[in-house]
Amino acid sequence: MRKTVINALKKPFTAVLIALVIGFAVGAITLAAGGYDPGRGYGLLFTGIFSSTRRMMQVLVNAVPIIMTGLAVSFAGKTGLFNIGADGQFILGQISGAVLGYYVPLPPLLHPIFILLSAFAIGGMYATFAAYLKNRFGIHEVISTIMLNWIAYYFMNFIVNMKSVKVPGTQHSPEIRDTAKITFYSREFRITPEGEALLERRPWLESFVRTDAGYAIIVMVAMALLLWILLKYTRIGFELRAVGYNYYAAEFSAMPVKRNALLSMFISGGTAALGGAMLVMSTAHFISMLGASEGYGWDGISVALIAGNNPIGCIFAGLLFSGLKLGGAEIQSRMGAPTEIINIMIGALVLCIAFAPALPRLANRLEGRK
Amino acid sequence: MEFLNTVLLTMSITLMYSAPLVFTALGGVVTQRAGVDNIGLEGMMAFGACGASIVCFFTASPWIGLIAGACFGAILAVLHAFVAVTAKGNQIISGIGINFIGAGVATFLTRYLFKGAAQSNSTIDYGIPKLFELLGIDKSKSRLLQSAEIDITILLAIFFAFIIWFVLYKTKTGLRIRACGEHPGAADTLGVNVSLIRYICTILSGVLAGLGGAVTALAISYRYTPTVIAGQGFIALAAVIFGNWKPIGATLACLLFGFAQALTVVMAGIPWLPTQILAMLPYALTLLILVIFVERSTPPRALGQPYFKGQA
Repeated sequence: MRKTVINALKKPFTAVLIALVIGFAVGAITLAAGGYDPGRGYGLLFTGIFSSTRRMMQVLVNAVPIIMTGLAVSFAGKTGLFNIGADGQFILGQISGAVLGYYVPLPPLLHPIFILLSAFAIGGMYATFAAYLKNRFGIHEVISTIMLNWIAYYFMNFIVNMKSVKVPGTQHSPEIRDTAKITFYSREFRITPEGEALLERRPWLESFVRTDAGYAIIVMVAMALLLWILLKYTRIGFELRAVGYNYYAAEFSAMPVKRNALLSMFISGGTAALGGAMLVMSTAHFISMLGASEGYGWDGISVALIAGNNPIGCIFAGLLFSGLKLGGAEIQSRMGAPTEIINIMIGALVLCIAFAPALPRLANRLEGRK
Repeated sequence: MEFLNTVLLTMSITLMYSAPLVFTALGGVVTQRAGVDNIGLEGMMAFGACGASIVCFFTASPWIGLIAGACFGAILAVLHAFVAVTAKGNQIISGIGINFIGAGVATFLTRYLFKGAAQSNSTIDYGIPKLFELLGIDKSKSRLLQSAEIDITILLAIFFAFIIWFVLYKTKTGLRIRACGEHPGAADTLGVNVSLIRYICTILSGVLAGLGGAVTALAISYRYTPTVIAGQGFIALAAVIFGNWKPIGATLACLLFGFAQALTVVMAGIPWLPTQILAMLPYALTLLILVIFVERSTPPRALGQPYFKGQA
């Protein structure tokens, strides 16, 4: 028994499990402190996620942007860079999606590909700027990317607020062209007779037809696999990881560490921006004036932390997050408990992950005591 | 006359916006000089702002509000200190967790106390008195005097800066604090309790960041809202670097950032300059300043590294 505990404590996954348990416990305590029944809260959270296949599909759809920013943070993290700027890069992706999706007329298949490639390049370049600042001036990427986040956020508001962009009487940009949308079934299709007839014939399609499920899910999974393979099985991936493990050893081995930092941030920023563009192309269809950033990048940081910077792990961590958020909305609408409860849970979870290095030491101490 | 008025007004707003930054940056200086990184300052500010608004609203006293803000910041800092010093965990990750918790609990509390609203009730009736009011100067006749009004929060902040400078550079305790940030092993050998000093400094940074948040809430926005802090904690961190980890340097850096924010207010009326572009100014300026100055500043050598007893 004792031995199992000691061995378990040494595994990184245990830290994540403990963090999850503590996160949920903190959430329960906060709910109770606020005078809400935690049991009912978690019941709603659970049914909010699992009560129907359509809801589960919604969790997946909502997870795509968070997983993309999670992948972005993870990839940079493997290289020893902490990309807090995923938020700003995501926003640039949203801007690219909305602007190119409306102003550039292109045929169906070509249009989304063009937008995704452009968004990747724009977001990638924005992130590369932070890597350049680090290489050239030694400015830590944590500080520079946070400033870039705010600049991107105000830039989006600036774009939306331009006379030529803003739809009169609203606070958002015009809806993107149909050619730029990447859902499997359009929203209009849901209410047409054909749509209803299709559902009649194939009821299992409901979760596809009645949600914004689309090619974004496929792109997301492909991206996760691609990054995983890139890191694990290619020379460049090996070099990138080597810099993450030991910067000086990598430099001493004549690896181009500075160039690799630029490359790593380019891929990272591009991935985050893809997430932003795909959000616009599948769900939002335009960008709006915002009072504050929507925080997709910050969620991505937590996702990456829980996933231990593993691209495949990001998919599961992202689903967990997305589920928590959807369930959290359910708690708010049905019980009146603030959704911030989810943020508090996430905070406790992240704090516990920071705590993780203590666990193997604890295990060693237990071992020495026997 | 009009020009002079604008200049005075800009000065006054600069000082007003600098005050929270100065408090928070001083917190950053103290904790980082002891070797503990703290990017949770942002969350501590939010939590302090929330605590200050709530307590000030219910006690009708801005002073008790300020103290409450400091205490709220300290509570979060204890958490951070535990992870960073006792558990020797990852200080950056812990800071991110603190930011989530700070903002989350703050808005949760606000919603709980103010019938589901994400912002607290206004405390404008219980504002911190300004300098001329306090001195009993009648400014109702002169527009210039009205423009030149000074927030006493900034005077308080500068007073704190001098105290911290004095403690860090002129006392034995200060030497010990700095030793913990440069070479904790050496400090330990000489009998300095590294963990204790790091605990105290981290908690002090929470107190100062909490005060910073409280000042924002009580003297600038007059209420807590989820966006009241808006990256100020991180700007304060940039000021720490720009100020070369020195209290007075960081204070001057904050005045510069405050000036950038004041410009966004004063220049808001210019028709060809969109407000959103103007709003980028403090952040762009931070980057620019870092580009110019970062090479000339040297961080404490043991910054961000947990200390294991007996390590070299």
